[in-house]
Amino acid sequence: MSTHSYYRPEDTQYDVDADVLFGRLREHLDGESLIVHESGLRPYECDGLSAYKQLPLVVAIPENVEQLQAVMRVCNELRVPVVARGAGTSLSGGALPHPQGVLLSLAKFNRILEIDDRRRTARVQPGVRNLAVSEAAAPYGLYYAPDPSSQIACSIGGNIAENAGGVHCLKYGLTVHNVLSARVVTVEGELVEVGGTTPDSPGYDLMALMIGSEGMLGVVVEATLQLLPQPIAKEVLLASFDDVGAGGRAVASIIGEGVVPAGLEMMDGPAIQAAEDFVGAGYPTEAAAILICELDGAEDEVADLVERVRDILTRQGATEIRVAHDDAERQRFWAGRKAAFPAVGRISPDYYCMDGTIPRRELANVLTRIAELGEQYGLGVVNVFHAGDGNLHPLILFDANVPGEMDRAEELGGEILELCVRVGGTITGEHGVGSEKINQMCVQFQTLELRQFHAVKEAFDPERLLNPGKGVPTLNRCAEFGKMHVHAGELPHPELERF
Amino acid sequence: MAERDRTTEIADRVAEAFGSGHALQIVGGGSKAFYGRTPEGETLEIGDHRGIVGYEPTELVLTARAGTPLADIESALAENRQMLAFEPPRFAGNATLGGCIAAGLSGPRRAYYGAARDMVLGVRCVNGRGDALRFGGEVMKNVAGYDLSRLMAGALGTLGVLLEVSLKVLPRPPADHTMVLESDAGAIYDRVEDWWRGGLPVSGTAALDGRLYVRLSGQPTAVEHASRIIGGERIDDAPGFWQDLRDHRLAFFTEGDEPLWRVALPPGSPPPDVEGSMLLEWSGTLAWLRTASSATVVRERAAELGGHATLFRGGDRDADVFHPLPPARMALHRRIKDAMDPRGILNPGRMYAGL
Repeated sequence: MSTHSYYRPEDTQYDVDADVLFGRLREHLDGESLIVHESGLRPYECDGLSAYKQLPLVVAIPENVEQLQAVMRVCNELRVPVVARGAGTSLSGGALPHPQGVLLSLAKFNRILEIDDRRRTARVQPGVRNLAVSEAAAPYGLYYAPDPSSQIACSIGGNIAENAGGVHCLKYGLTVHNVLSARVVTVEGELVEVGGTTPDSPGYDLMALMIGSEGMLGVVVEATLQLLPQPIAKEVLLASFDDVGAGGRAVASIIGEGVVPAGLEMMDGPAIQAAEDFVGAGYPTEAAAILICELDGAEDEVADLVERVRDILTRQGATEIRVAHDDAERQRFWAGRKAAFPAVGRISPDYYCMDGTIPRRELANVLTRIAELGEQYGLGVVNVFHAGDGNLHPLILFDANVPGEMDRAEELGGEILELCVRVGGTITGEHGVGSEKINQMCVQFQTLELRQFHAVKEAFDPERLLNPGKGVPTLNRCAEFGKMHVHAGELPHPELERF
Repeated sequence: MAERDRTTEIADRVAEAFGSGHALQIVGGGSKAFYGRTPEGETLEIGDHRGIVGYEPTELVLTARAGTPLADIESALAENRQMLAFEPPRFAGNATLGGCIAAGLSGPRRAYYGAARDMVLGVRCVNGRGDALRFGGEVMKNVAGYDLSRLMAGALGTLGVLLEVSLKVLPRPPADHTMVLESDAGAIYDRVEDWWRGGLPVSGTAALDGRLYVRLSGQPTAVEHASRIIGGERIDDAPGFWQDLRDHRLAFFTEGDEPLWRVALPPGSPPPDVEGSMLLEWSGTLAWLRTASSATVVRERAAELGGHATLFRGGDRDADVFHPLPPARMALHRRIKDAMDPRGILNPGRMYAGL
């Protein structure tokens, strides 16, 4: 989030002749599909992580696979970096442009090609919005399960790049569990099919490898998605707790007793207040934490589950339990949670959204430590939490106009992620590493593991042209980062030369 | 057998093979020795690298060393009314967790609860240089770094020696019923799909000899209700039937000399038109064939339907047993293999010749 350039010297050592590149790309793209002037490039300078900004050399907006392949062939031949971009909603700077490269927009790949009711699949182009898939499937009684909170805007291609999740992952899985196959353009401009609609595919699971690879292994130009039948019955409970620890124990207890809710979300006191002030969902603003629990399935099954969960919540000390009476009330229960980010945007000039995942048993401990860190840095932190799968979204409040606050927020964010790693978790559950968490990758992985990632990257992209500088840090970056982050006197990656 | 951590020995052994260029064949419990192409190289036993190293039922995560028998894992889970939802086959032997994930095979529940690869959260493994590495983790959501842990599922040990696997586990449904009804095998997909969309808790299907076996798993009331809707006869030793199906102990698998083929099909596809006998699972997306037809014929019939065929057991195991890959995808496989195992010492040729 600092104002200095994100890219390191080793990320920008490409020898690019802009005029030659423009000339070659113009052979394949018309004037509107190729943006070279600064005013036209400006809208692409950042994604959802707006603190990082960088103009690309050029924006290419192909409208079909052949054009996209041609762009890749030109870039591969001229050794020009390529950063793919969908809707630009990434919260980790995954689509931050490269100063020497092409920003490849998939905006024109926006068609749903086929909804196959009988096979329960949707064949879509990568620029299709996540929510548009479920809308197109709804007339058949079907939907697409992954539902990131940006689903109204984010695109399927970006969801694949980041292995997007949402609020229903514990029961219905992440993007990796719901994408069956994809057509991928390689850095050489070749079209390769990965995955399939069969239960498995011969050879290595390239579909799994492609998902979450942040545009660093290839560019997805078409995907076939698994659709699910809409649940027959659905109930939503809202429980209040006067202590976040009790809320955390209730989550463990629900799951330990054999219930797998469709959604299980937690918000802490400040998040409840902010959401309530914003949307008036009727949340109990005096509570220290609330749990929102969605149960779905056949009618009898859901009725049975509601009683079991109500019983567990009572035993775990819930101070109030409400069951939504109708669809309107169910939507109201969810409205506050879904509006939590913009709600926080109203109480603070800026906020920084983190994305660590932890073992659920560490919840109370981690929340306490986050509050302490917040105090230490003089910054407020509001927590919303995909409690069912341990995915924490602390929102760090700051004001970018106060000198130094943005840097402090960034440092605090880094400490929170390292805390997640220390308790056995990960630095990113569903937003991706992108640019944002690249330094923390040095904490989560050892040198040999990073080397292995680089070797796999080279199997797809030997010249490092696809989204360079993102996702997996260079060992040089880790050496430098290590110099600043000494824990208990131990340098991470002590075997590396320091400079 | 005592629990042991043999990480260092295994890594040293691989590092030594990397130095000398000698091939290693990785062996866990030996229950799937018949699977894949003919193994070559010195044996690397990992069966005594065993033990459950982490299991917290409320986290729905279990971590165990690769040599841990599936039987041990499943009994630890059963004590907490949980299960491996992909219902891995054990076949005739001491199947281990490592072999189960390396083979990437799933049992009857797969079509309704997810596959082995869907449950993998993280691994520790040794790559072809002898480096002990850790990818993924023990949490449900994790997008830090490439998903090399899931890549190991089904890679048949050709990309790394699995040391430890973390899996998502699920609660075991409290009740199971199995109903058997007369049905044409070709109707399996549409019938089961109707039940599934109607909210019936289907957890296993098999079509054999004009009969359709349907397992229902869930709350007792839901299972009773679903049994009435589906109709047919309830069978008595249902767990035995599904275990025999999972482990290939039914007469369909054990009698006769014809090779066993496994054909994976898109949903709603008709069964492959190949002479011989056939058993369908997974709503008809998995066809088991006992046939003397040539590999070319079986593969062509599978491919015509958008599927792929594996010579699962028997037949010529020096030829291709897995469906041949198109050249571009094969080239990518070779490069991935080189990235993980540059000297080609880990289970070489077990999946494809030259890989």
